[in-house]
Amino acid sequence: MNNLKLNIFLLALALLAPAVLYPVFLAKVLCFALFACAFNLLLGFVGLLSFGHAAFLGTGGYITGYLMINSGLTPEIAILLGTLAGAALGAIFGKLAVKREGIYFAMVTLALAQLVFFIYLQAPFTNGEDGMQGVPRGHAFGALDLSDNLVMYYFVLAIFVFGYWLINRTVHSPFGQILKAIRDNEDRATSLGYDVNRYKWIAFVISAALAALAGSTKTLVFQLASLTDVHWHMSGEVILMTLVGGVGTIFGPVLGAGFIVTMQNYLSGGELGNYIHIIMGVVFVVCVLSFRSGIVGQLIKFKRNNFS
Amino acid sequence: MKNLNKTIVSSMVAGIMAASLSTAAVAESDGKVKLGILADMGGVYADICGRGCVTAAEMAIEDFGGKALGQPIELVTADSQLKPDIASSIARQWVEADGVDAIGGLVSSAVSGAVSKVNLNAKKLTMISGSASNTFTTKSCNPFNVHWTYNVVALANGTVKPMVQAGKKKWFFITADYSFGHALEGVASKVINENGGEVVGSIRAPLGTTDFSSYVLQAQASGADVVALANAGNDTVNALKTATEFGLTEMMDVAGLLVFTQNAQAMDPSVAGGMRLTTGFYWDMDDKARDWSQRFQERHGSIPSMIHAGVYSATTHYLKSVEASGTEEAEVVIKKMKATKPEDFFSRNAELRADGRMVHDMLSVEIKKAGERKDKNDIYKVIKVIPGNEAFSPMLPQCNFS
Amino acid sequence: MFDINLFGLFGQLLVGLINGSFYALLSLGLAIIFGLLKIINFAQGALYMLGAFIAFLALEYLGINYWAALIIVPITVGLVGIMMERFLIRPIANEDHLYSLLLTFGLALIIQGAFTHMFGSSGLSYAIPEELKGGNRLPFMYLPNYRAWIIVASVLVCFGTWYMIEKTKLGAYLRAGTENPQLMQAFGINVPLIVTLTFGFGVALAGFAGVMAAPVYSVSPDMGSNILIVVFAIVVIGGMGSIGGSILTGLGMGVVEGLTKYFYPEASTTVIFLVMVIVLLLKPAGLFGKEA
Repeated sequence: MNNLKLNIFLLALALLAPAVLYPVFLAKVLCFALFACAFNLLLGFVGLLSFGHAAFLGTGGYITGYLMINSGLTPEIAILLGTLAGAALGAIFGKLAVKREGIYFAMVTLALAQLVFFIYLQAPFTNGEDGMQGVPRGHAFGALDLSDNLVMYYFVLAIFVFGYWLINRTVHSPFGQILKAIRDNEDRATSLGYDVNRYKWIAFVISAALAALAGSTKTLVFQLASLTDVHWHMSGEVILMTLVGGVGTIFGPVLGAGFIVTMQNYLSGGELGNYIHIIMGVVFVVCVLSFRSGIVGQLIKFKRNNFS
Repeated sequence: MKNLNKTIVSSMVAGIMAASLSTAAVAESDGKVKLGILADMGGVYADICGRGCVTAAEMAIEDFGGKALGQPIELVTADSQLKPDIASSIARQWVEADGVDAIGGLVSSAVSGAVSKVNLNAKKLTMISGSASNTFTTKSCNPFNVHWTYNVVALANGTVKPMVQAGKKKWFFITADYSFGHALEGVASKVINENGGEVVGSIRAPLGTTDFSSYVLQAQASGADVVALANAGNDTVNALKTATEFGLTEMMDVAGLLVFTQNAQAMDPSVAGGMRLTTGFYWDMDDKARDWSQRFQERHGSIPSMIHAGVYSATTHYLKSVEASGTEEAEVVIKKMKATKPEDFFSRNAELRADGRMVHDMLSVEIKKAGERKDKNDIYKVIKVIPGNEAFSPMLPQCNFS
Repeated sequence: MFDINLFGLFGQLLVGLINGSFYALLSLGLAIIFGLLKIINFAQGALYMLGAFIAFLALEYLGINYWAALIIVPITVGLVGIMMERFLIRPIANEDHLYSLLLTFGLALIIQGAFTHMFGSSGLSYAIPEELKGGNRLPFMYLPNYRAWIIVASVLVCFGTWYMIEKTKLGAYLRAGTENPQLMQAFGINVPLIVTLTFGFGVALAGFAGVMAAPVYSVSPDMGSNILIVVFAIVVIGGMGSIGGSILTGLGMGVVEGLTKYFYPEASTTVIFLVMVIVLLLKPAGLFGKEA
């Protein structure tokens, strides 16, 4: 009940936010929040650190962008196809990677993502460094005109809520319990008769699909898909977002994404612009040294220590 | 619970209405001039168009008196990080929510392209000073594009043409593997073929290559007369350094197609001395240029690149046109900008053509050898002035927005 | 026509080997730090850049020449590494490896950001020392003396290090001290000191590589981040923690990259990751790693 109330409150906040803040910025935060949540499904609930999640974000973005420019499909279909493409790629990555553990898992995903990056760099339809520009937003379901920023924002919010709900469901389902069991003690899960690799693989595909969903949506919002989304820095950034917000908490990545995107937005203008990399570095260091459980993790601890 | 839902719904409706009102209000003319400068604050082009571009715009605004249409001129700046997605999202926020009327600076063709797309939708001006690609006034031209300073055509005509005409017929390209490099190679190859030369080979090196030795060896084996570097920034500096180390410069000419003053300073004079290149501006070209450069150097700490000067010039011309047309509405201002000739220390025999191309005299310069230099800022010897209509290609009929 | 191509190929192989020398130096440092200390040092690239910058500054402001810098710079960079280990990495020594990766990634951002802020991004040039200017004409290419020196020097340093760790008594202490700290502590050996010094040494190798690189590559703040991820891949291919493996893989990958530059230059920065995927699928612990 407590959580439900909190969720309703947050939803209301999200619904009202465009009154105060620029809707496109809010949509950006939501896209990254979904991306971070998708990533956290793997890191936080299965214990797998993927260093290649940018590949899925970018794939969703490029496929959706390509379809919007060339096919005349409505946006929701283009997003769906982008998401499926991400899921398919995730299925391949997952098959190859889940057999490996720890740092090797991270390295396999990184290497595969680098290959994907190369393909997008060279493939003519992505326009290489220029990015795929001028993607039309179109009319959702043939009726809602997304070129209005406010409509776009509520469309993104709906997608985000769906993704967030799906992750929540997954984590709290029997399937999610098995994932957590694998995270906490893989050998035990195996001896209980679970096909551990299969469970990891399914989680990987779900995570990849949701990351691609975030990428597809982001392309529509900005009307642009670019190499930034597939670059390994993006894979690093999503780790930072998750870490800042709180690994293994459901809401943490949302907060982390909000924090990082806001900071980047704020720093990109003004006098502090020169220090953007230094400040990001300091955030990393401070988080690792004293905030390992992230904002939400700290809040939970604080609550536990003081109110119960 | 029921009550709670009711409050949520009603506040939601209120919120949505408030939000739609606030976004609707922006599109109208607000009588205030607000300029955005998008530059690369911490990346590879930070020295060429980073804080310096902001400084140049600030100087232009101050020299103009700080006011236009009776109100103070506002300036906002941001870091594009050389990424089209970041640039696009900043530009969108500026023109849609913050009331920015024109965006200048703009280094890297990918960034300029992204901003140009946003501005076309919003009907705001894109004043490109830093990018080289000629696409903004050809393939992707639009009525709100203004391209100052230089482009790949001017570089190819200024540097490549005289060399081919002087008998250097066989060319080999080391090209940066992205759109700018491809565009530069394409335009330069065309110039070479038209003047009776031939391209004997080319290599596409990934952007940000540190080691060019492999490419230099391949260039050496090609039997070309000239090795052209169709890249920019650190790539050019590194490629030239390696070419010298492997003795390539003793066998063939090396032509840097795009070299900024900051890069020329970073090159070893014994290596780069004698190399000819094309630039839109050199700080020491005459008294007017020296005066302005002096002021710029006092504020910024180093001599201006052609892009810095270009930003100042474009901003000044824009402000004059706003004042003259009595509004900051882009459709009116752009007409005025194209109708009046830009004139300042940077723009010589200049005009802003109907396609948005700012045509002006370019300079063919030679990098000075160590013995010829008075100090570290004394880097170029001006060889000749290239008239604007020889440097830039003629306007395409489909891009005539008069 | 064919023999010209063959000559061209020889040239590419040699040039690849030169680049491989840098990879070997850098991946050796990473492999030592990971193999002995289980720390994933993502700041290795930034420290390599730091080495090149210190060499540049030492020459510019203190008149310290290249040869002296070869000794002084690795020591200075090693000291920086020791401070890092002592004050930042040690507090999280018992956490997951992931955290040392993230911490050093953050440090790399800070170091690189600071140098970009101070020196701009255009890059600075460092002259080749007088003694090593010029070059020799081989049958298939012109080989600059400095490039030849790179191969010689880094092979000497790499195999010297390998010998010290794998074959000498000092190396034995080191391996024992990191493999079974409690036992060694009981024998009266100061294990934390060994850890700190090992980290310092691994980092000093990056500093050494930085000095070696300064005369041939432009000294710029992003020189480390470009090379880091490649070097990291090399360590993984060689088998994380395998000292000899990292050296051989470094040299080998240089050659593979050189060949790619000849046949398909656009892919030259990607080929290493292709090799990495294939190796990890066939031999999960890397080419020279021990299966767990």
